[in-house]
Amino acid sequence: MSKANRNIVIIGNGISGVTCARHIRKKDEFAQITIISGETDHFFSRTALMYIYMGHMKYEHTKPYEDWFWDKNRINLKRAWVEKINFEEKALIFSNKESMTYDVLVLATGSKPNKFGWPGQDLEGVQGMYSYQDLELMESNTKDISKAVIVGGGLIGIEMAEMLNSRKIPVTFLVREKNFWDNILPLEESKMINRHILEHHIDLRLETELGEIIGDASGKVKAITTKTGEKIDCQFVGLTVGVSPNIEFLRTKPLESSENNKTIQTNRGIIVDRFFKTNIPDVYAIGDCAEFQEAPASDRKNIEQVWYTGRMHGETLAFNLTSDKLVPYQPGVWFNSAKFFDIEYQTYGFVPPVWSEEYESLYWEDDGGKIAIRFLYGKSNMKIKGVNAFGWRLRHDYFDKAISDGWMLEKVLTHLNKASFNPEFFKSHHKAVLDHYNKQNGKSLKIQKMSFIQKLIGSRA
Amino acid sequence: MKTIQKIGLVIFVFGLLLFTLLPFFGTYQLEKETVEGNVKETHTEKMVEVLSPIFGKTYSSNFAFISDFKSYFNTYNDGLKANQEWDKVIWDDYAFALTKASSAGPVSENPFLFLGITVLIGVFGALLYILPLYRGQTEGIKNDGIFFSSMKSKGLLGMITGAWLILFYIVLYWFPEYITNLVLMVDPISVALSGNPASQWFLYGFIYTLAIIVMGIRMFRKYRGNAYQTIRTTSVMFFQLAFAFLLPEILVLMNMPWHDFKNIWPLDYSFFYEYRIDGMISSGALGMFMLIWGIILIVVGVPLFTYFYGKRWYCSWVCGCGGLAETLGDPYRQLSDKTVKAWKIERYLIHGVLGFAVVSTALTIINYFTGFAILGHATDQLHSIYGFAIGSAFAGVIGTGFYPLMGNRVWCRFGCPLAAYLGLVQRFKSRFRITTNGGQCISCGNCSTYCEMGIDVRWYAQRGQNIVRSSCVGCGVCSAVCPRGVLKLENGDEDGRINEMPIIIGNKSITVKA
Repeated sequence: MSKANRNIVIIGNGISGVTCARHIRKKDEFAQITIISGETDHFFSRTALMYIYMGHMKYEHTKPYEDWFWDKNRINLKRAWVEKINFEEKALIFSNKESMTYDVLVLATGSKPNKFGWPGQDLEGVQGMYSYQDLELMESNTKDISKAVIVGGGLIGIEMAEMLNSRKIPVTFLVREKNFWDNILPLEESKMINRHILEHHIDLRLETELGEIIGDASGKVKAITTKTGEKIDCQFVGLTVGVSPNIEFLRTKPLESSENNKTIQTNRGIIVDRFFKTNIPDVYAIGDCAEFQEAPASDRKNIEQVWYTGRMHGETLAFNLTSDKLVPYQPGVWFNSAKFFDIEYQTYGFVPPVWSEEYESLYWEDDGGKIAIRFLYGKSNMKIKGVNAFGWRLRHDYFDKAISDGWMLEKVLTHLNKASFNPEFFKSHHKAVLDHYNKQNGKSLKIQKMSFIQKLIGSRA
Repeated sequence: MKTIQKIGLVIFVFGLLLFTLLPFFGTYQLEKETVEGNVKETHTEKMVEVLSPIFGKTYSSNFAFISDFKSYFNTYNDGLKANQEWDKVIWDDYAFALTKASSAGPVSENPFLFLGITVLIGVFGALLYILPLYRGQTEGIKNDGIFFSSMKSKGLLGMITGAWLILFYIVLYWFPEYITNLVLMVDPISVALSGNPASQWFLYGFIYTLAIIVMGIRMFRKYRGNAYQTIRTTSVMFFQLAFAFLLPEILVLMNMPWHDFKNIWPLDYSFFYEYRIDGMISSGALGMFMLIWGIILIVVGVPLFTYFYGKRWYCSWVCGCGGLAETLGDPYRQLSDKTVKAWKIERYLIHGVLGFAVVSTALTIINYFTGFAILGHATDQLHSIYGFAIGSAFAGVIGTGFYPLMGNRVWCRFGCPLAAYLGLVQRFKSRFRITTNGGQCISCGNCSTYCEMGIDVRWYAQRGQNIVRSSCVGCGVCSAVCPRGVLKLENGDEDGRINEMPIIIGNKSITVKA
């Protein structure tokens, strides 16, 4: 296939698809680029949906690019739902039966909220939270209600709790695990967030599972029961038990008439190799909907459902679509962030909820119980593996370097003042952490002091 | 909302309403002695003659009084103008002074009572509302429901507030004779501070300072737990109270020229005007200090401090206009326009105003040294155009009146010539930047939404680029509202400050440039 004037079609206008389109355009001024979405006309930040509900922003504010941006960069936007794909003919068929052909197809269809077959899960007032449509639905579902239940103790769950809290709707939060998000966070961190959730007057129920959802005569939710039989009246149920790749349209609607129509290989997601290639030539998948045949790294999952990984998938595929030399997807040091009500969380590198004997951890928590930091390091070589920080902003470049270069824990600790990214005049904690370490290990390490002049003219550590 | 806050709101609105209605109360009566006591000696005889028909006459409203006053006064002047007797025309505007002196209403008899039931009770009500704000809540950003609020998102309440402010400024600048009752209330305070009765400017300064202090207290509540915001707000409150309000009045008490030591040319556009220069030169050592200090600030202070700290040292820590914007205007910060188009307009306008100020000042200085031999008239013309269009209409009416419509930094962003000067230094020679934290941005848009200067912060943050913009006043709110810890205001080495084509950390497959 000639590269000039290729017709590249991207399904999905989320961070992966849009990043891919932008980077293709940067390197290829001839390609025709079309982004298809049924969700919204323009790219918006999915992570910001909660802020619309909370009144921090309007939908317009969540659009990272002004509307003229797409025309200017000759990226065609098409608002439609794709119903089927005829891979043989290289054609898309939309829900209104129109069709469109492509030379190169990028599937970036994102995720959809999980539902695990609970009785009553399709009642009115029961929903997940992922798309713009979900937000609109939540807006109408929560109008004038007096009680909500959220099922599932992950990021979307706590965000939904924060959303409802901002509208003064009482929330009962059912978490199956022993502590909030403890399949990701170590115990101390999980407990800190437990406390913070309670501080916001959320009725947090740990180790509690949903039994069934009960509807009234009109088909609206009126209560739930837990597995232990407790009944909780509510008019809204948020199902936030994770998300899975949004690929139903690929699986359930093959062209029945055409026997020899190729089908795309899927498992939980669309199976791709390290180059985001699917089993079908010229068809790629990136972002939440892609499932790597082999995990990209030992500490990575086969399906990466994070904003940042979506962006990197888009960047990498765009590079491969516009260069002769292909590069495999090779993510660097892991990083992620979140905000649990008022507590910001950042993580760099490898910090699993529990670790094997070859690792050791140093954990420090502020007296107020809202600021904490954990370092994970190799027991024998003392090299830092990862860091979790709560209520303490850290420099990405510092830890990217420290972790990839394998700095010793003590080097990290004695330069911790340079790692802080907190705003100016905020109380610093690097000394407290070092004191904590010194005390535990009977050492007397010191952080190099800044001179008065340095303090006066430079706030950068 | 707690009951006590509702009561506070009611009291505040009551005070504001009474404040608004007060100018319509009272009776007015002009006497011969009043004229003699309030006009220049050279005008006394003529003014007494011109105004004699209304002596002793009682007016039940200021409108009727001012209307008659103006009709007699203008008839006299118009006659002279028609005969081209320019030297006999009385150019001075006595409307304000004579209306104020003729007021026989209850306000002049009981200024404290009326100050109490308008301004002071308004402050009391506002504090009742503000102090319990966010009580019992955890520290953290408090932006819930802003875009559902009629007041804060250009709803009806916002429109009404904007209209009130615009009207207030128009009356204050061009029709002060109609608000003499309000000025009378603060007369005793002015006399106590400077020994002189109050002008409309004293009233304005008094209310302005109160607004900064009361709304500054609101900032402490709203940004509780954010040391940068707290310290910065304390700073603008201090500079307004001490340097802009108290000190100048005390200088007047000491027979010195009124002077605000923290105001800098070209924001202080009249600094090099003849009357100011003469005033400073004729006031001994302190006067000379005013002149030299003012020039040092322009030539050394601005570049030096801006090099080390960015323009924030002035705009969001010291400046009075900035002080009002950061306190009274904070509820409106999200209304600024973030489009590239607005940015374009901003650059033309603000640098245009700077050019205007520089040309007009240069002409003034040339004229000063040539004894106003050349272009004297043109200079006066320029001054009055600048004073009207920029000093009053832009900075006041639009700058503050449009808070609820276009955000709280309309003047600072589009008009302030000092901001333009500081901005040029900040853009091209400074250690200040807002650092973007690697690849942590999620493009949510909180930073851009809450940027009062209309900077699309996210555009830089999401590509891993530091934010170096001439307009940034360093308020620090983008950093405060960021949910992922991506933004940090800091001063540091110039190396790497501007990273036009940043590499976003985290992807080892390729080195992605923005």
